[in-house]
Amino acid sequence: MSLLRKAAMAALTLCLCVATAHAVEPDERLEDAVLEERARELSKELRCLVCQNQSIDDSNADLARDLRILVRQRLVAGDSDAQVLAFVTDRYGDYVLLRPPIQPNTYALWFGPLAIMVIVAIGLAVVMRRRFDVSTEPDPLTPDERRRVDELLRRSSENRDKDGAA
Amino acid sequence: MRRMAFALPLLLFGAVAVWMAVPLIRGDDPSILPSALIDRPAPEFDLPALPGVAGGLARTDLAGSVRLVNFFASWCVPCLAEHPLLTRMAREDGIPVFGVNYKDATANATAWLARHGNPYERVGADGDGRMAIDWGVYGVPETFVVDREGHIRFRHAGPLTPEIVRDQLLPLIAELSG
Repeated sequence: MSLLRKAAMAALTLCLCVATAHAVEPDERLEDAVLEERARELSKELRCLVCQNQSIDDSNADLARDLRILVRQRLVAGDSDAQVLAFVTDRYGDYVLLRPPIQPNTYALWFGPLAIMVIVAIGLAVVMRRRFDVSTEPDPLTPDERRRVDELLRRSSENRDKDGAA
Repeated sequence: MRRMAFALPLLLFGAVAVWMAVPLIRGDDPSILPSALIDRPAPEFDLPALPGVAGGLARTDLAGSVRLVNFFASWCVPCLAEHPLLTRMAREDGIPVFGVNYKDATANATAWLARHGNPYERVGADGDGRMAIDWGVYGVPETFVVDREGHIRFRHAGPLTPEIVRDQLLPLIAELSG
């Protein structure tokens, strides 16, 4: 097999793989390539409610197909992308959006992890500072301690003198 | 106070554990979704009748009485499972039930109703499933409670069970009718 044929075969295999990677059927596609592209992008944003962890672009479920066709009908009717998404969420709720919108009831979802990280970082900083703090002066010695230190120092210097003499 | 600080992570863990355990023990099904239409006016629809079955169903038919709107299909096995419950509610409790025949072959639908009995006051044929999409239906069977003013007050996705009928549907219908 020539190199060219090998390359052609590889390209064909690749095409077939790509074709099976999503569920859009040929009869659903729009003639208008720009609209079709927008429909594909929108379909990737919408959750298939039957399978729940696939987009309608990926899903083979009957309802996913109906929703893909609906998205295309809305686009042909002149809806903007936002209007199409609003049309679907109006019926199925925010859960159909694979990217949850940032709004009061999703703040915990979007900012919760960040808040936990900040709290942990602050807590860690406080503990670390306390444990490794060297900046503050130790308490001054009491007169009694001072006297004992002097005594110890005096004795050790005496010992050194003795060693030196020996 | 400082000596109690060690208990803080434990308390936090306890709180999260309880929060997660409650739905688990209660047996909630996380795949069951809330309806976006609760307390909103029922969407427009106008469906043709099945041949030989009382029906044709439009938005205007909803006014005047508290009703169930039940999406069903002859090809749907759970629909058959809940069928006796719907029949009992319609015949014994006198609750009007509207049927929406979802994406079904006409002959299959009429044969199914003839064989298993028809609890529906009226039946509309939603051949292409567009009414179902407007109502946010994501699988049959689904059952809605619609109040006198035509507002959707309750939705159950999946087959009805005697517990759901007893604990949720009948009390709500009694409250709305009262």
